[in-house]
Amino acid sequence: MQLNRQRSDEPLAVSLRGLNKSFGTNQVLRDLSLDVARGESVVIVGGSGTGKSVMLKHIIGLMQPDSGHVIVDGVDLCCMKAMELNAFRTRFGMSFQEGALFDSMNVFENIAFPLRRHTKMTEAEIRHRVEECLEQVHLPGVESKRPSELSGGMRRRVGFARAISLEPEILLFDEPTTGLDPVFSDVVAELIREMDKTLATTTITITHDMKIAFKIADRVAMLHQGQIIEQGSPDEFQASKNPLVQQFIEGKAEGPLTA
Amino acid sequence: MELLERLGLFCLRIFTLTGEWFQMLWQTIVWAFRPPYQVGEWFRQMVRVGVDSVPVVFLTTMFTGMVMALQTFNGFQRVHAEKFVGSVVALAMLRELSPVLCGLMVAGRVGSSMAAEIGTMRVTEQIDALEALATPPVQYLFVPRVIAGVLMLPLLVILGDGLGIYGGYLVAVKLMQANPVIYSDNTFQFLVMNDLWNGVIKAAVFGLILTLTGCVKGYFTVGGAEGVGKSTTSAVVTASLIILLTDFFMTKLLF
Repeated sequence: MQLNRQRSDEPLAVSLRGLNKSFGTNQVLRDLSLDVARGESVVIVGGSGTGKSVMLKHIIGLMQPDSGHVIVDGVDLCCMKAMELNAFRTRFGMSFQEGALFDSMNVFENIAFPLRRHTKMTEAEIRHRVEECLEQVHLPGVESKRPSELSGGMRRRVGFARAISLEPEILLFDEPTTGLDPVFSDVVAELIREMDKTLATTTITITHDMKIAFKIADRVAMLHQGQIIEQGSPDEFQASKNPLVQQFIEGKAEGPLTA
Repeated sequence: MELLERLGLFCLRIFTLTGEWFQMLWQTIVWAFRPPYQVGEWFRQMVRVGVDSVPVVFLTTMFTGMVMALQTFNGFQRVHAEKFVGSVVALAMLRELSPVLCGLMVAGRVGSSMAAEIGTMRVTEQIDALEALATPPVQYLFVPRVIAGVLMLPLLVILGDGLGIYGGYLVAVKLMQANPVIYSDNTFQFLVMNDLWNGVIKAAVFGLILTLTGCVKGYFTVGGAEGVGKSTTSAVVTASLIILLTDFFMTKLLF
């Protein structure tokens, strides 16, 4: 891959410091802080509407915090100009909730899109790389299909292939398994695990599927009302005394979360 | 008190929208000069704005020219000034009717579809995905569309000029039995090149207005399918209003 990008040696891949974000009167993030080490796989869990997606969009600079800092590879995103931020984003791969495929293009063009824009690969190399990415998500041979012809799960996988096509250093997954059958959820989990190990990619995943979370996480963190209320290795997390965490893990209707 | 509050909110909203519009205009201009230039996409949008609009422009301007001739012939006959019908039709088409009608029709055809397309991309997170793939949406979506508008509208208007004049000629000569030679003489007798440029410059400005408004309305869409519907309507209404307002001021100030 001929991508003009230097691997960073910063020990911290992503560092969020005291993030605050409000939409009107609704404060979504409250003084949120989180550090993610290079090569680590962090899973953020939390109920719907706790600010998980908003947090993820801050990491890649799609949203700007009202106050606080987002530091990626030692660089503060808030001080970047539009052009710099844009170039910086090739370090990230993001997979969106519903795939967010460009519906004016077929699957091949979707995955080739970042390759065409950011690399000088030849057409043959691009074709090869697209096939490789599709194989990695266990979906070979769908290149000529339109996004509207794919099922929800397939769209997600294609989105996933598009996210990894540039071999990013940091992968962000927004609800990667929601709406997938249990078997493929597990396949996705394996895949994330694999990427994390073989490519030394840093992955940040948000989900509310605890089974997946424990499977792929080096560290699990729980977001509640815009703050991290608990974090630790899967074992530590499971053993947490925090009643909010316990209710979430067990998925009970009654408890402090719903009170 | 409530009335004043509402009035204040309304004014604030107008100022916000105006600010947004000019901010996006500025960004579009800035990104237009930064590589990569997606020439293929420019041409695709030119076909969409220009070539695909030909039938609409054809019917609109042709029939406007015809009805202009019909009406002025009726009126001018009363003061025995039939020989000026050709001049009036040509002047009106070139300076005013062709640019404004093309602008309004294309705003309805293309501005709305741009708002719907970009609005849908917004609500399905495709705009976020573009940004996440290090592709500025303004550069990728706005620039080719606005360029297509600025370049193609003048061409459509020139086509409209010709069709309008021809429509007028048809009605006057075939229906009203005007002398064909005298009519065409009168058509071009009082025309100067400035009349043509006048319309062409207006057309370029209208092309900018209608494409940019469509893009901006789509870009700031919120609230799912309903939001896309609102953006689409709003794109057409806003673009039409801006076109009519700028038309007056451009005519008054510049020409």
